[in-house]
Amino acid sequence: MSTVPGRGQPTPYTRGREDGPVRSVCEVLAYRKIGAYHQLTIVAPDIAARATPGQFVSLAVEGGGTILRRPFSITGVSQHGPWAGTIDVVLDVVGPGTAWLAGRSKHDVVDVVGPLGRGFPLPRQPATCLLVGGGYGAAPLLYLAAQLQHRGHRVDLLFGAKTGERIFNAIEGKRQASSTRFTTEDGSFGTQGRVTDVLPDIATSTGAEAIYACGPMGMLAAVAAQARERRLPCQVSVEELMGCGVGVCNTCVVPYRRRDGLANVRACYEGPVLDAKRVVWEAIGTTAMAGEPVEQGDAS
Amino acid sequence: MSAERRPDLRVSLSADPARPLELPNPIVTASGCFASGREIDRFFDIGGLGAVVVKSLTLEPRLGLPTPRMVETDSGMLNAIGLQNPGVDAWLANDLPWLAERGVRTIVSLAGKTVAEYRTLAERVRGQPGIAAIEANISCPNVEDRGMVFAAREEATRDAISQVTRVSAVPVFAKLTPDVTDIAAIAAAAVEAGATGVSLINTLSGMAIDVETGRPRLGGVTGGLSGPAIRPVAVRAIHEVHRALPDLPIIGMGGVRSVPDVVELIMAGASAVAVGTATFADPFATLELVEGLPDWLAERGYRSVRQLRGAVQA
Repeated sequence: MSTVPGRGQPTPYTRGREDGPVRSVCEVLAYRKIGAYHQLTIVAPDIAARATPGQFVSLAVEGGGTILRRPFSITGVSQHGPWAGTIDVVLDVVGPGTAWLAGRSKHDVVDVVGPLGRGFPLPRQPATCLLVGGGYGAAPLLYLAAQLQHRGHRVDLLFGAKTGERIFNAIEGKRQASSTRFTTEDGSFGTQGRVTDVLPDIATSTGAEAIYACGPMGMLAAVAAQARERRLPCQVSVEELMGCGVGVCNTCVVPYRRRDGLANVRACYEGPVLDAKRVVWEAIGTTAMAGEPVEQGDAS
Repeated sequence: MSAERRPDLRVSLSADPARPLELPNPIVTASGCFASGREIDRFFDIGGLGAVVVKSLTLEPRLGLPTPRMVETDSGMLNAIGLQNPGVDAWLANDLPWLAERGVRTIVSLAGKTVAEYRTLAERVRGQPGIAAIEANISCPNVEDRGMVFAAREEATRDAISQVTRVSAVPVFAKLTPDVTDIAAIAAAAVEAGATGVSLINTLSGMAIDVETGRPRLGGVTGGLSGPAIRPVAVRAIHEVHRALPDLPIIGMGGVRSVPDVVELIMAGASAVAVGTATFADPFATLELVEGLPDWLAERGYRSVRQLRGAVQA
């Protein structure tokens, strides 16, 4: 798609460089309710062509005095068919901005920036991968599962949520994996309990060689601890409140052990996918990372 | 429209011939809203902006405040980042060369904890290639002690700014807070201390509470309010300072999103206009103002953006 100057152009209007993220004003191709969640399929050829699993997009919203975009994982892309490039995003209504987006339907126009952030690194050798998702944290893992399978890796899925309707897209998950397992805290779907209750057994029975996880911070911390015990490489996609989504506001920071020392890295720029063993889980959202100044160097 | 009739966007931000500051257009970035420059340069060439004002630098690296660091409020947002930055030395080594290589006009924002630190910071950046000016941030609302906001008092403003102007070879701007009774008096104190100009306004100190939990919605409890909600405050502050000190260059900022917003601040008395929160909502916000301003001026018969400075008929 060529760069079109000015607004009020036919969609998709796209602006950006030859590579990297762009801003696109796009048409909604389809809206679908999936359990408790809402999925939008958006005609965004440039973003579809540039995205990798684990990356996200940020959507402009209207209403209620909102001024900031809202970030959403990409749960799938299609580069075929008459629309030549669509992306799927999943949202959960948590406020006026997401409520506005959930009210979009076919032919409505949305303003999208993306793809943003660092996606999941893929194994170099054929590997058995366990993908662990909490709530709609499962969304980027379906995109990852498709890509892993396409490249000849074995994929096993473990999705958990509070209730059955908050398990994201179980049907699609079953199509994209060698095995699937579901847990709910209320026992309304799958095994009663949390993903970490069954993770050790699944990791053993499938012979997992790598873990990919996305979901609430508490779940990710628990999964990371289990991966560490088993000495399995683990990549997590973190959920931290974002402001800009493009790396300039320093809102979505995660305490992280970089090679050059302890740092607050940005979920939207250095992440959202981070190496689980480098995240300082115990310091998230606490004053442990406050206080000034800090010594540079190994703080572990 | 033919090229020669394009309105002239050039502005001068210094009345001091020994320390000039000419920008090709009046649109600059607001400190703390543009990170290292690389992040937005993924979208477009940031060398086309009037200038880039970088995130405030401190003597030592700072990790900043705990999350949550931001909360959206009606037509605005509160932030409590706590001056997270790599420290002045790491910035000089890693980020300034990248900006200088691209010809980006860089205004370096400095934040000291003490009066003496302002001098040390100004010494560190002195003579570094690519630095067009210094913005002395003497008004960050997210510091441990509100009493340490230098720009809250004339004497403290004079003390901090004089440390910077004494050693700086480039123009010095004092960034002021609107959370004072008489901002024109604070601006006058900065001028007495040798400031080339002032940057108006920093965020307003604010707070939000989650009424379900009874807890503050920011990890830092209080934070700085920005966005469209504060634009009228910025317009008033710029107007007051420009009326009191008509020759003083002013970098105006506060809730600017559109070309008319830019013009409003210039009519109040701004020489250049910084854009902050709008970049969070749209990474192209600054560029689109640079592109949109000439058409707005041409449609109304203005030949130069400088004609509009302080043009409010009040």
